[in-house]
Amino acid sequence: MLLINCPYCGPRAELEFRCGGESHIQRPGPHGDVDDESWADYLFYRQNPKGEHRERWVHAAGCRRWFNVARDTVTHRINAVYMMGESMPVTGDVQ
Amino acid sequence: MTGWRNNAGTTIDRARRVNFTWAGRSYEGFEGDTLASALLANGVSIVGRSFKYHRPRGLIAAGLEEPNGIVQLEAGAATIPNMKATQVELYEGLVASPVNSWPSATFDILAVNSLVKRFIPAAFYYKTFLWPNWHLFERWIRKAAGLGVAPQHPDPDPYEHRFEHMDTLVVGSGAAGLAAAEAAAANGAQVLLVEADAVLGGGLLASTEPVEDRSPAEWRDAALSRLRALPNVKILARTMAFGFYDHGLVALCERLSDHLPLLQRSGPRQRLWKVRCRRAILAIGAFERPIAFSGNDIPGVMLASAAQTYALRYGVVPGKRIVVAANNDSGYEAAFALQDAGAAIVAIVDTRPETPMAAKAASRSIRVILTSAPVAARGGRRVKSLSIGDPAGGSARETLRCDTILTAGGWNPAVHLHSQSGGSLAFDEALQAFLPSQSVQEAPCVGAAAGVFDMEAAISGARAVARGDKLTRSVPVGVGPTRHFADGDVAAQRAWLDFQNDVTVADVQLASRESFRSVEHLKRYTTLGMASDQGKTSNVAGIDVLSHLLGKPPQAIGTTKFRPPFDPVTIGGFAGRAVGQDLMPFARLAAHDEQMAAGAQMEQYGGWLRAAWYRKGDEAEEAAVRREVLAVRNSVGLFDASPLGKIEVKGPDAAEFLQRMYVNGVRNLKVGRCRYGLMLNEHGVVYDDGVFARIGENHFLVGTTSGHATAITDIFNEWLQCEWRDLNVLVENVTTGWAVMNVAGPKARDVLKAVGTDIDLSSAAFPHMTYREGRVAGVEARVERVSFSGELSYEVAVPWSYGASLWNCFMRAGRKFGIAPFGIEALMVMRVEKGFLHIGSDTDGTTYPQDVGFGPAIAKKPDDFVGRRSTTRPDGLRSDRRQLVGLEVIDGGGVIPIGAHLLPRGSTEPRGTEGWVTSSVMSPTLQKPLAMALVAAGSARMGEDVRTWHLGQTRRARIVDPRAYDPEGARLDV
Repeated sequence: MLLINCPYCGPRAELEFRCGGESHIQRPGPHGDVDDESWADYLFYRQNPKGEHRERWVHAAGCRRWFNVARDTVTHRINAVYMMGESMPVTGDVQ
Repeated sequence: MTGWRNNAGTTIDRARRVNFTWAGRSYEGFEGDTLASALLANGVSIVGRSFKYHRPRGLIAAGLEEPNGIVQLEAGAATIPNMKATQVELYEGLVASPVNSWPSATFDILAVNSLVKRFIPAAFYYKTFLWPNWHLFERWIRKAAGLGVAPQHPDPDPYEHRFEHMDTLVVGSGAAGLAAAEAAAANGAQVLLVEADAVLGGGLLASTEPVEDRSPAEWRDAALSRLRALPNVKILARTMAFGFYDHGLVALCERLSDHLPLLQRSGPRQRLWKVRCRRAILAIGAFERPIAFSGNDIPGVMLASAAQTYALRYGVVPGKRIVVAANNDSGYEAAFALQDAGAAIVAIVDTRPETPMAAKAASRSIRVILTSAPVAARGGRRVKSLSIGDPAGGSARETLRCDTILTAGGWNPAVHLHSQSGGSLAFDEALQAFLPSQSVQEAPCVGAAAGVFDMEAAISGARAVARGDKLTRSVPVGVGPTRHFADGDVAAQRAWLDFQNDVTVADVQLASRESFRSVEHLKRYTTLGMASDQGKTSNVAGIDVLSHLLGKPPQAIGTTKFRPPFDPVTIGGFAGRAVGQDLMPFARLAAHDEQMAAGAQMEQYGGWLRAAWYRKGDEAEEAAVRREVLAVRNSVGLFDASPLGKIEVKGPDAAEFLQRMYVNGVRNLKVGRCRYGLMLNEHGVVYDDGVFARIGENHFLVGTTSGHATAITDIFNEWLQCEWRDLNVLVENVTTGWAVMNVAGPKARDVLKAVGTDIDLSSAAFPHMTYREGRVAGVEARVERVSFSGELSYEVAVPWSYGASLWNCFMRAGRKFGIAPFGIEALMVMRVEKGFLHIGSDTDGTTYPQDVGFGPAIAKKPDDFVGRRSTTRPDGLRSDRRQLVGLEVIDGGGVIPIGAHLLPRGSTEPRGTEGWVTSSVMSPTLQKPLAMALVAAGSARMGEDVRTWHLGQTRRARIVDPRAYDPEGARLDV
């Protein structure tokens, strides 16, 4: 069980959070101009890296705020925690 | 009967005798004994039968790695199956028996399996019981192969969970653990020291070697008293660290009352700790390896270290004439300890050509036979002799008469927690063992767990690690060679690797011949290491056999994955207090008691206890539902709608936000008006529906289905915080803030008037699909004139605490109109009569809005909304999509079962499907069966006659408009 440093509440156990999957995915639009392929790419295709993964989490049993986490999928080490809307910080482990 | 008690023993109290019962017979032991040591002291040498062949088995270990002494503890609800006798602390009145033996462990009828053993090799069951069906054989096999009996009654004991945060967690209280704890505490860190055993000290309790110029006992006592004096050190005995998870989370199981007589137990039986630590120091020790030779499972063959522990800790000597088979020096220490304990050491058989210990043994007049390995033990219920030969192979050259064989085959560091923490392993050629290599978390191993077997080196290493330095290891003294079996050697069939699961060297050879050569495949094929001991004594030995067969180094073969738990943990411990009604407590309505008094038949709906229907007199469900429907249709009924989701959405961009969330238009809704809303997920699939009301220019009250209230609040927040961060909107789930009573039927207005309200209820002032605020029965209320039943209907919301009194007011005021409380079943019948969609019943994970009649609404809306683009993917444009339609029964029969398939046109046999029935009721109002169905291209097939098929029964129906009752909605416009 991860220990996640909520930027609003501080470090809390994973069971208080919910993971919302990969971060920084652009929703394409307007809907009339989006072709099937780019919509499918938005809906279904994810990076699934071995190494650092940028993902979004919500402190569901706490402040209910969403934020970004850079987590290593091999070691589960959390390299960075940053706000929604913030651009990706450079961490040492980007592959 | 060869085990006996001498007058030693460091951890037993000879002043306190303890009576216990084993397999129906009474015995006596001492306080401080384990069940295993007490049985051994009483000369009980057969403690169980093996899993498959029912061979007699004796104890081989003294700790949690014991594979044979598996017992059923106590009886009735308190019974615990599959406990290891070595872990059961003796208490007055203890009752235990062996598992897997009938009629008794000493005489077991199924031991006949052993005679036909060469016909029951590894994977015998997979290969043999295929035809016609495994289940024909299962009952017989399960009875023959299996361990203890699960309790038939609920666990009577309570359990609890605790959380802790620590700077340093030290696992294991041997010399290395005690030294590490003290050094870690010296700089003020908060330290938790845990020990699985009842007594702290680990290997110190069964050692005679001086430690830092003191006896092991003195060193231990001094270290413990220093630790106990420190305010920043906490010590827990009887506490097993069984799992190492991410980010320094270690799970512990503390046994609180298992060691007490049953009647003296109170409070929780066990406590499960979840300890988050910055650093864990693993001082778990090592497990001694058995040696694989023919007959190595005959009672009387035991690990040398186990015999040493029994002799020194418990004053129990496992035999009188002992042969020690060793490949390293630890066997000599055991031999000396056993000699001092009063046993005769027949010989020490050592595979090495020389050792300095040989001279020491000679000085004790112990015969040492070098360059020799055990070949075959003989004996039935007890060892009678051991033949020995060259470690390189060949026939036996001598036979030694003995009643006990102790094996010292080297040591496997307990790398389990290290491995669970993500650490890697490296095979050490000298020790012939896997050692911890790289760590991923702050979890260094010290002492024997790190492959440091010299006690003083372990202590200094542990201190260094605790201070933050790296562990330096001197080159270990290597173990001697191992005698291997040739592939196909029949003697390998009697050389056990996994005692509990009856896996022999021959089984590994067979698996290898059949190409199960990955260590994970080997494990599943032979069941090696799959018993309750999880291969603590067998895994590395099995890897060694495979390595020898394949000519591949053990490092290249690797180990199977180490997973928690390190040792079995009772399920009650994991459950903690979340059992029975506390597992998932139901939410109760404000008017629960009032509804129970009215005959409510409560059922569980999405976590709520709600009335399915109300029993009047002794009527059955069908009659009650019919009565409730007719009351609403003809007069008035009362329904508790409190669990329906209520979400407040507020802010300057509230309308814009909801415009993007709903299929329907929101922006143009006028204040005080309500609108039906359909919600999709981003995949375009119909997800939820409800009525939303605009209660202010920038303020909406959004209704959801009762099961989705929390989820939709979360979804709103996710879109607002992650995608549309520019929108200024606040979302709050107020479902449990408001109790909602739905009064429905032609007399609903009269009842609401009689209850008393300052809201103008006239049709012109408060028409269908509008929202008003005012006082109802003297309380501030939010009232929506909306209807799921198809009749005039008001949903009156009051603060939750007024829910029961509002229920009572309606029931009183409605009495003269014959008001009937109605439940979910009646509501469902009425909505089918109206052809109203019920999401989840009439839709599934492939249903798009155009399939349930929302195509035109989407066409009229220019804006994007969640899921919109998905509905026009190629699949959404198919002309044969399943669409929701009504079905009229035309064969004169009753209700068509839900789930019945629509047969393809012209088909008379059940092959293929064009859809299925999703809702189906007998309509009391129209006095005929009604159904709804998802049908391929259904909306273009109105009037078509179809056949349905369900479990061999074919019915005839006609596709119709689902709105069977009041299709124009005239009854709502009153």
